Amino acid sequence: MNRYPLWKYVFIITVTVIGLLYALPNLFPSDPSLQITMEDKYKFTGKEREQIKTALSEAKISAKKIETVSDNKLMVRFNNTGDQFASVDSIKANLGKHYVTALTLAPTTPGWLKGINALPMYLGLDLRGGVHFLMEVDMKTAIDKSLERYSSELGSFLREKELRYLGVIRHKNNLTIKFKTEALRVSALKALDREYNTLLTFKEVPNEKGVALTVTLTEVNINNTKRFALQQNITTLRNRVNELGVSEPIIQQQGLERIVVELPGVQDPAAAKKLLGATATLEFRMVDENNDPYVAQSSGRVPVGSKLFFERNGNPILLKRKVMLTGDYITGAAAMFDQDQRPSVSITLDGKGANIFARETGKNVQKLMGVVFIEHKTDITKLPDGTISKKTKKTQEVINVARIQEQLSKRFQITGLDSPQESHNLALLLRAGALAAPVYIVEERTIGPSLGADNIQAGKYSVMIGFLLVLVFMAVHYRVFGLVANLALTLNLVLIVAILSMLQATLTLPGIAGIVLTVGMAVDANVLIYERIKEELRNGLTPQLAIQSGYEKAFSTIADANITTLIAAIVLYGMGTGPIKGFAITLAIGIVSSMFTAIMGTRAVINLIYGNRRIKKLHI
Amino acid sequence: MTNKVKTQTKTIDFMGLRRSATIISGVLILIAILSLAFKGLNLGVDFTGGSVIEMGYPSNANVDEIRKTLEKAGYSASVQAFGSDKDILIRLAPDKTQANQNNLSKAVVDTLKKHTPGVEMRRVEFVGPQIGDELRDQGGIAMLLALAGILIYVTLRFEFRFSVGSVIALLHDVVITLGFFSLTGIEFDLTILAAILAIIGYSLNDTIVVFDRVRENFIKIRKLSTEDSINTSINQTLSRTIVTSLTTLLVLVALYLFGGEVINGFALAMIVGVIIGTYSSIYVASGSLLMMGVTREVLLPPVPDETEAFDQENAP
Repeated sequence: MNRYPLWKYVFIITVTVIGLLYALPNLFPSDPSLQITMEDKYKFTGKEREQIKTALSEAKISAKKIETVSDNKLMVRFNNTGDQFASVDSIKANLGKHYVTALTLAPTTPGWLKGINALPMYLGLDLRGGVHFLMEVDMKTAIDKSLERYSSELGSFLREKELRYLGVIRHKNNLTIKFKTEALRVSALKALDREYNTLLTFKEVPNEKGVALTVTLTEVNINNTKRFALQQNITTLRNRVNELGVSEPIIQQQGLERIVVELPGVQDPAAAKKLLGATATLEFRMVDENNDPYVAQSSGRVPVGSKLFFERNGNPILLKRKVMLTGDYITGAAAMFDQDQRPSVSITLDGKGANIFARETGKNVQKLMGVVFIEHKTDITKLPDGTISKKTKKTQEVINVARIQEQLSKRFQITGLDSPQESHNLALLLRAGALAAPVYIVEERTIGPSLGADNIQAGKYSVMIGFLLVLVFMAVHYRVFGLVANLALTLNLVLIVAILSMLQATLTLPGIAGIVLTVGMAVDANVLIYERIKEELRNGLTPQLAIQSGYEKAFSTIADANITTLIAAIVLYGMGTGPIKGFAITLAIGIVSSMFTAIMGTRAVINLIYGNRRIKKLHI
Repeated sequence: MTNKVKTQTKTIDFMGLRRSATIISGVLILIAILSLAFKGLNLGVDFTGGSVIEMGYPSNANVDEIRKTLEKAGYSASVQAFGSDKDILIRLAPDKTQANQNNLSKAVVDTLKKHTPGVEMRRVEFVGPQIGDELRDQGGIAMLLALAGILIYVTLRFEFRFSVGSVIALLHDVVITLGFFSLTGIEFDLTILAAILAIIGYSLNDTIVVFDRVRENFIKIRKLSTEDSINTSINQTLSRTIVTSLTTLLVLVALYLFGGEVINGFALAMIVGVIIGTYSSIYVASGSLLMMGVTREVLLPPVPDETEAFDQENAP
């Protein structure tokens, strides 16, 4: 008795081999490296290797290896992080402009393992260093913007349909359209309802307040606007991160209004933040040349259809309410100098934008056009009563006013910027696209590279020491059976690492704690079985029967105990954010794999040792 | 009450001690609740919002000097040594006037770098106030959800009174562990919240093992009183309880000593939780079974046959 069928052994051995294979890549240490790529639209010259070699010899640092990853990507591997840091400035200086260097950890997985897709676990920021941002999208602004857009769109629509109206007035949460007569309102309502039926709700205003319609966004429209704003912002942030040249960045949606951005290897959160959070964009509007801006400023009465702006020098200027073109259509932007050596930005529009701009500027040749530079800044403060107040300040400046000399189209230049630095930043922001709504940072974590390295070290040590202590204890306490349990425990550790590697899950410090904890608790199943076997022996059962009955009777206890812990792990995963999720995943994987190794694994070995022979005494 | 059970070599009368255990637990819980009510938890930046900066100095850091430097530069910050003598931790309260705390932490790092060249930024964490509030709510909800899930599972597998018993034991462990953090004033952060949830899992594990045995003995050994049944069950599972707690503690002590500062709190919370959890699965969970009047009938099929009813009447 106590024999296992062959297929169970085959199964266990297969699982073990696969586990070992996929856990293996983690034994190859990663090299601290510099990843070198090019800004968009630039290509490697082919001289980079030489330039890097010169830079390294100047800095008296020897690199481990310089590797060509692809046509536009080089990896310089170092022996330690000290060399990695020391070489950054020198390499940057030698390569010159348009190169993007990023600190990274490059795996040293051999080719045959990569071939079967066996890769090391992905290390979390707390282990490799870097910046973590949690950004919240300002949905109120997104909805405001959408309302703003409708206010000009509805006007155009009514004009197109030749439905006369007196004006569209923008309120805080809705719009009103005024009409001269009831008949006009009725026909406009009909046309508008047909066109915007799922997007907008139109209501007739009681007549005593004038013949008008109020316009509000529908629930569906608001939700779509939010979803779009989030998606658009994720895309834009991704573009901007690419401009930063970070290797393996993570940009993910979290919940309905938040975005997680993780930038491994980035050491200057201030610079990253400035670029990521910036919401600068441009708007082009015609200048209202018929009214005096100074009069409007002093009297506070702005003519209908115009809006009061200020130039950089503080002078007031009246621009038309209608926006000719927004920054959304910009596909390319480059910082340069105009013929007078003033900093400027050359702008390229997409097809649709070029059409709109050609039409609008064509109508207005010889008139003045203003370029408005818009920036959003959000203040978050906690009021004494505990509520959070968020105020988004929108600063708008007219950076340039120029007479339209001829019809403009796909390419043109804008000037009026203070410094080359400013033109550079504006170009970068325009290139990476505008954020649909401002974002602000609600959480930020920066882990220095030395702390990351320390954390890995500490994690490794504590796992090893804890593991060894348990192994020694089990061997002493249960002798042969203890050794078998140790075998299972080792396999358990291998399997956890293998599964985490296969899933390419992120290993964080709490994740390591989860693994260690599983190691401690995984022996529980074996302890339950062995104590049961001891008991059965005391009850006078023969060794063979005691083994069988011990495994059988302990099983339901083990299952109950593990399922309840699994419930706790699932709840943790469900509610948790980053690090807690990591802990929950390792815990859950650990529970499942420990059931396999502690019950099936140990039984297989015990059967192999004791099965089918006479035993007088069990060493347990 | 010195009932000896034949099948067991040595028996400790745990249930006989349950009155003293109730008093001990009651006192511990009272202290914990009082401390939580009056002193509260020293909530970390994860919950309160604000900034934490960890700086690594090339040689031993002078905390007083750093504090003065920051004061002079106009920052109100708490400074303390963190782990080794070379590392310090600076805490900045959530700022009510300044727009974004991020720039503040950068300014502090710059100030310190100017003062001591060679100092290195090891970690900067900024948490907005709304995140902290959400986390507190989420943590509470998670705890309740976990308890509800467990209640349902245990009711299905055992009986309602068993699930109440296990949840009482869990609450007992969680409250006392929280009380421990309140009394010692150790910072309560996200990792410790994770530890508390892990304690729920662990303590439950222990309780279930005992309950499983109680169920088995209720069905198997008919002659014993409920109290003796429970006592026997605890004794039978005692060596397992001790061995598992010991191996888990071995690992946790390794984590506590070698896992680094960040894991420290986690390990400590777990150590406290494992010790309390082991005690509670013996006394609190089983004791409350007795108090709720669980008898072997509750686990038997709904319509017991004649012979069983007869046996029950003749039970001592």
